[in-house]
Amino acid sequence: MKASVIVFPGSNCDRDVQVALANAIGGPVDMVWHGDSEMAKTDLIVLPGGFSYGDYLRSGAMSARSPVMREVVARAEQGVAVLGICNGFQVLTEAGLLPGALLPNAGLKFVCRDVQIRVENSQTLFTNGYQAGQTLRIPVAHHDGQYFVEPDRLDEMQAGDQIAFRYCAGEEGRKNNPNGSIDDIAGVFNRRKTVLGLMPHPERAADASHGGTDGQGLLNSLVSALS
Amino acid sequence: MKARVHVSFKNGVLDPQGKAIGLTLANLGFDGVGDVRQGKLIELDLAESDPGAARKSVEAMCEKLLANTVIENYAIELEED
Repeated sequence: MKASVIVFPGSNCDRDVQVALANAIGGPVDMVWHGDSEMAKTDLIVLPGGFSYGDYLRSGAMSARSPVMREVVARAEQGVAVLGICNGFQVLTEAGLLPGALLPNAGLKFVCRDVQIRVENSQTLFTNGYQAGQTLRIPVAHHDGQYFVEPDRLDEMQAGDQIAFRYCAGEEGRKNNPNGSIDDIAGVFNRRKTVLGLMPHPERAADASHGGTDGQGLLNSLVSALS
Repeated sequence: MKARVHVSFKNGVLDPQGKAIGLTLANLGFDGVGDVRQGKLIELDLAESDPGAARKSVEAMCEKLLANTVIENYAIELEED
């Protein structure tokens, strides 16, 4: 399996996800600069977390119009798997590959902590290693993570099993939704389930030294589906 | 020609900054302020001198970059030099 991580100016989780993916795959992972308009053949494209272009105008707005994204959109249309984490999720919504948009957190604060999320659909490339309804503990670190989508579109997404993850109550009973996302949504798929965007960082819960390994299942799901 | 683009959140989109501004205005004793929405103002200097063509071009800029029409509305104001 070949995986490629896109690097935007201001990406800061690109190397983390490269390391986590390389461990899961057992081989190297390509890094692709955002200014490139060509990309080698790949089975998975990852848009990493960070603050590309300093979040100018809107989070992800500039990156979504960068040269490499034309290629990412073309590959996504061919059915190549695309994963967007945090800033990558914002870029995917700005590029029109995922429905909805990500707004500043309802509490207006940067939120950096572990959250509990529930796997809503385990029948996908990204989630086949989990059970539906399983709860995961994965870190979030964002200022603009409030997912919003028009109510009519949300109904369609529910009917089409496009909700990947929802924030849910944790064992410690903390407030479960960290950013005011509509319907507690933490991650969504496109209609074909070949594109996933999520705010939590699975690559930061992929090694025992991270304090948790619940994110490893997402990477392993991709390896077993795409290898 | 100059263009001013006003970008604002659509109705139904939560604007926490607008809410915080409203609360602070109330704390300062400004009564009678209802909903507060914070937007953006983008000013453009355009080489185009024909208002119709300028508007068309700025509309395309709004649709492609300046506004995210999932969550935002935009209004364009043109001013001749």
